[in-house]
Amino acid sequence: MNIEMTLNGKLAKAEIEPGTLLLDLLRSLGCYSVKRGCETSNCGLCTVWMDGVPTLSCSVLAARADGHEITTLEGVREEAEAFGAFLAAEGADQCGFCSPGLIMNVLAMERELESPAMDEIREYLAGNLCRCTGYAGQMRAIEKYLNRKKEA
Amino acid sequence: MFRVKEYVKAGSLEEAYQLNQKKSNVLLGGMMWLKMGSNYKMTAIDLSGLGLDKIEETEEEFRIGCMCSLRQLEQHKGLNEYFGGVFKACTRHIVGTQFRNGATVGGSVFGRYGFSDILTCMMMLDTQVELYKGGIVSLEEFAKMPYNRDILVRVIIKKDGRKAAYVSQRPSKTDFPVIACGVAKKEDCWYVSIGARPGKAALVKLTAGESSLAEQAQAAAEQFAYGDNLRASGQYRKYLAGVYVRRLMEQLKGEEQK
Repeated sequence: MNIEMTLNGKLAKAEIEPGTLLLDLLRSLGCYSVKRGCETSNCGLCTVWMDGVPTLSCSVLAARADGHEITTLEGVREEAEAFGAFLAAEGADQCGFCSPGLIMNVLAMERELESPAMDEIREYLAGNLCRCTGYAGQMRAIEKYLNRKKEA
Repeated sequence: MFRVKEYVKAGSLEEAYQLNQKKSNVLLGGMMWLKMGSNYKMTAIDLSGLGLDKIEETEEEFRIGCMCSLRQLEQHKGLNEYFGGVFKACTRHIVGTQFRNGATVGGSVFGRYGFSDILTCMMMLDTQVELYKGGIVSLEEFAKMPYNRDILVRVIIKKDGRKAAYVSQRPSKTDFPVIACGVAKKEDCWYVSIGARPGKAALVKLTAGESSLAEQAQAAAEQFAYGDNLRASGQYRKYLAGVYVRRLMEQLKGEEQK
């Protein structure tokens, strides 16, 4: 079957099998930031935005993306680099495998919540697992990243 | 691994219903649970084009389309204001934001999963489900019905003045619950719903009596059957249920007296 979607601001057409997962389609289109992790919808590594909403691409059929707008880390590169610098500064990206999914969800949170408290941040990001850092560095990085405008 | 030969975005409920009569076909909700099975299905039927992803509020009720996400329940102002935030309470610990953006109300309720926070929460309220062919039935009755090939179109929750509270206990945040408890009160009647026992949620109604809340909570908790699994023993669950039901009753009583 054929689908059309807007991928990172550009029209993308693809011929897919009906059972193709969005995760696999995006990787086949060169969006290698989208990682395959747990495949049980728990880890958040495969997070992309579907019409601006953070979504697990391992749990969505690519067919469902037809006519929708999909954003991956490649589509928000400047923002991702800005937040990535905060992660690096706090030593919060040890193996880095979970970083793309985390960054996508942090950027979505920044758009959705105004001045979130740490508890709200933890709750929003509960679906982004990291097996290296213990989260403390990530939390420091997120706090500093969200406060950057106030401090500027 | 979930595999499918064909994908159909249904143009109408009738089309979806007809396709769904074949056992080799499957209706798609959020796919969170479905995709973890090793199923090969002929046709995946998608309801996402039927406008069933809205929560409508009227004077008498909330009408929740089957394709609404759990995140919509969590964030819906009207639902949470009317029922004391129970929909936020019952959804906030379900995995993560992205998961709740995908998982659907229809999938959660139709599945009648034992671990379901959603089923437990809705059970204590005056909730009905609208089935495409089966019409409107109470959620309590629906939970006991055998699985069939009908379509759950929407969930209807009556604004009957019930005050409600909800709590669950999990081994760790975002895990499945060991026990899920909901208590609602209307006039002198308690509606107690307990899920993850580990069986699916069931409802017990009690008339508020002269005895202490601890005794009433215990009386309610005694009426459910509890079982063992890897997460907890039935004995532990029963003990937890008594404690949580009492706490929820105290919370509601306290709010009533304010």
